[in-house]
Amino acid sequence: MGERTEVRFEVNGREVAVKTWPMGRLLDVLRTEVGLTGTKEGCGEGECGACSVLVDGVLVNACLVPVVQVAGCSVQTVEGLAEDAAVEPLRQAFVRANGAQCGICTPGMLMATVALLREEARPSDARIREALGGNLCRCTGYVRIVQAVREAAAEMAGARADAEVEG
Amino acid sequence: MAAGLEEAPVGRAERPPVGGPSIGANVPRKEGRGKVTGAARYVDDVVMDGMLYGATVRSPVARGRIVGVHYDPAFDWSEVVVVTAADVPARNLVTLILEDQPVLADGVVNHPEEAVVLLAHPDRWYVEEARRHVRLEIEPLPAVLDIDAALAAETVIWGDDNVLKRIDLAKGDVDAAFAAAAGRDDVVVVEGVYETGAQEQLYIEPQGMIAVATPGQGVTVWGSLQCPYYVHKALVPMFGLPEEQVRVVQMTTGGGFGGKEEYPSMIAGHAALLSWKAGGRPVKLIYDRAEDMVATTKRHPSRTRHRTLVTRDGELLAMDIDFVLDGGAYATLSAVVLSRGTIHAAGPYRVPHVRVTSRAVATNLPPHGAFRGFGAPQSIFAVERHLDKVAKALGMTPEALRRRNLLSEGDTTATGQTVTERIDLPRMMRMAMDEARWDERKRAYAEHNAVPGQTVLKGLGLATFFHGSGFTGSGESYLASVVHAEATAEGRVVVLAASTEIGQGTNTIFSQVASDALGLPYEWVDVAQPDTAAVPDSGPTVASRTTMVVGKLVERAALGLRDKLQAEGLLGREYTPEQFAEACAAWHASRGRLLAASEYKAPPGVVWDDATYRGSAYGSYGWACYVAAVAVDTVTWETRVEDFVAVQDIGTVIHPVLAAGQVEGGVAQGIGWALSEEVVWNDGRMANGRMTNYIMPTAMDLPDLRVFFQPVPYEHGPAGAKGVGELPMDGPAPAIVNAIEDALGVAVDAIPVTPERLMRAVKQAEAARG
Repeated sequence: MGERTEVRFEVNGREVAVKTWPMGRLLDVLRTEVGLTGTKEGCGEGECGACSVLVDGVLVNACLVPVVQVAGCSVQTVEGLAEDAAVEPLRQAFVRANGAQCGICTPGMLMATVALLREEARPSDARIREALGGNLCRCTGYVRIVQAVREAAAEMAGARADAEVEG
Repeated sequence: MAAGLEEAPVGRAERPPVGGPSIGANVPRKEGRGKVTGAARYVDDVVMDGMLYGATVRSPVARGRIVGVHYDPAFDWSEVVVVTAADVPARNLVTLILEDQPVLADGVVNHPEEAVVLLAHPDRWYVEEARRHVRLEIEPLPAVLDIDAALAAETVIWGDDNVLKRIDLAKGDVDAAFAAAAGRDDVVVVEGVYETGAQEQLYIEPQGMIAVATPGQGVTVWGSLQCPYYVHKALVPMFGLPEEQVRVVQMTTGGGFGGKEEYPSMIAGHAALLSWKAGGRPVKLIYDRAEDMVATTKRHPSRTRHRTLVTRDGELLAMDIDFVLDGGAYATLSAVVLSRGTIHAAGPYRVPHVRVTSRAVATNLPPHGAFRGFGAPQSIFAVERHLDKVAKALGMTPEALRRRNLLSEGDTTATGQTVTERIDLPRMMRMAMDEARWDERKRAYAEHNAVPGQTVLKGLGLATFFHGSGFTGSGESYLASVVHAEATAEGRVVVLAASTEIGQGTNTIFSQVASDALGLPYEWVDVAQPDTAAVPDSGPTVASRTTMVVGKLVERAALGLRDKLQAEGLLGREYTPEQFAEACAAWHASRGRLLAASEYKAPPGVVWDDATYRGSAYGSYGWACYVAAVAVDTVTWETRVEDFVAVQDIGTVIHPVLAAGQVEGGVAQGIGWALSEEVVWNDGRMANGRMTNYIMPTAMDLPDLRVFFQPVPYEHGPAGAKGVGELPMDGPAPAIVNAIEDALGVAVDAIPVTPERLMRAVKQAEAARG
């Protein structure tokens, strides 16, 4: 895997510097060196989406990204989302609608949803299913995940509209 | 919506009023918060000081003699811990039902990917490298790779005849019924053969364990698992330790579906053997996806032959059924999977004469194991496909044939069990059909399909079925499950049970049951982490038994707390939650811990005879009718499920949203099994052990599954609840394949109906027609 080298990037708004193999997977660096285990490994080949994170706002599978590729970038994980009050309606919707059963796909589902809602505030069900098409869930049949996203989108769009009126 | 149906609500979680009922309310999932913040701890998230990483060296062949194990002399082995069968401290055995499966192969291998050597090292990449530097020298032996070869028994790999288990179920006299019908022109005999393939559970969290093991301290494992006491039962004889020196702790578990019922005992054993050899350093053994898919258990492949005697006007007279499961190389759970499949093989129909001849056979495939439905989806696929074939032979509609024969109160099942539940299956079938707009769609599809040049053909299919809740026969009595409840000095109640939360909602359901039993707020109840050092054996988390059987024990244990407080005069007959808390404080002040226990006792009338296979196979059943609407593209031969309606009676619905979640998830797995999830075998090894080429449904492959409940309370379940977990796996495949036949006019009797299989079936049918 070559020599270890120092890679600097930002995770959830905080600067990190890790000494690691440049071709090591971002997923492993996040889970071990950075110590953020919310990002999960389901398949290791970009099929299941459990390791979805945002790199400079773009949704990627962290199992397919060599860490050297995120040097100087800003990475956001589910732990970063957890600090974001604006995303709270999404978390609540996942619990309320039973969008999270065993929970292993949930961090990835949340990241994919955030990426979708930044692009489109009020997506149709078809658009939600398309946007979550790269995130596999074996528990739910997706019904309640789609519902959770739909409800959260409505609430979050409403909150933004209110904020604009007040602002 | 049809009258009398309760649609699974899409509403918001309601916070129950303090002291008010939480059963029936969609209270928030107990452990939901940790799962949406990334805080939930799964086994791979845990790191211990001085921890080693494990790896498994596996057989590359289906069957052979181990001649040598070669460690590359050019590789640095100095820091690698190596374990073989010779290192097993006591018995080289994974204890389950029969004692035939070693924890590490010794002298012979009996299936591809059987574990032979274990390795551990502080660096997880180094141990993976080390694995590639071990070469197993194996002299191949003739292998048995499918059901036909196993039954032919030219090569015998298990017992005298490759038969792991045989069951003969008989009701009435099938031979006499067929003989009496010979020459009658008002009856018809219809035959069919139906096959189902293996299916991977495909929980998204791969299997894994961490173990710490020393001769002095004993063995402790933490892992992803369904059944803590199964793992415990396997580790005790493997290490020759007293029971109290083996401890099994369940971590947050990322799905199971049966796949984490028995196989975790193997991984726990491996991790513990490595730690034992490494002087007690913690060892983490996590499978990657490819290893998980090729090495762990799958749903048993099956073949079912049906021969049915029926009157021309549709009265079922006799069913002669031959049911065979491929069990793989070791017995594991095949005997009980076969049992459940056998009992469900004649479907929910009134048939005076039934014979089911069942065998689970050994092959040199990795052992097949538990997967949601546990044999019933296989035999129900066969009978529900076969009924459509019978209907076609009689010129009846599938629904008319079923309506004529569905079980109702007072009828007897194939095991001679009298139905005492107030079921109305014809009505449930009508509801499902109305919800799916059956009649309207039938007309519309006929027009649609008749359009010249039409390339997308549409069809409708249904299945009516049942699924027994809890262990089969006397299983629950043998298990004698125990639950404890504890009240703290603050009046909080803790449920102590070995039943695991694996996503299905155990923590939430148990909390609802306990809080309602005691009249306390839902928020006042906690469920202890399953840990054999702290919780009693409430049995395995399998067989749709957690809510109905263990839930009832939770209710009784909780009431035991109240009874103790009342017996001591600390609590009145009527009380508020605050008074309950005060009573608990008073108890703790003078008497110490407040604990109550409950133990399973069979409800009256539940009697089963294992020798004759007669009696009450299950205390109660879930009943259902599912309808599928499909569109088949005759250019690509892809089948798309356009609408799916699931109507069922699971007794009282404790948590409508969770229950709907169970049905939706089960239906999705059923759709995958029916259409796309194909395990490709290459000399006994799974050739497509990756998510890239083993195709489970994505969000884009499924419609909005529509779920309805028709609750008929069961008197011996908590608040009237029955089981729900497995039922939804039974109906989708036959409903979908029946719909495919409706669309194309071509019978397909094997699943999965991949585009390739469907194209072949259609071409064959065309060739046969000339």
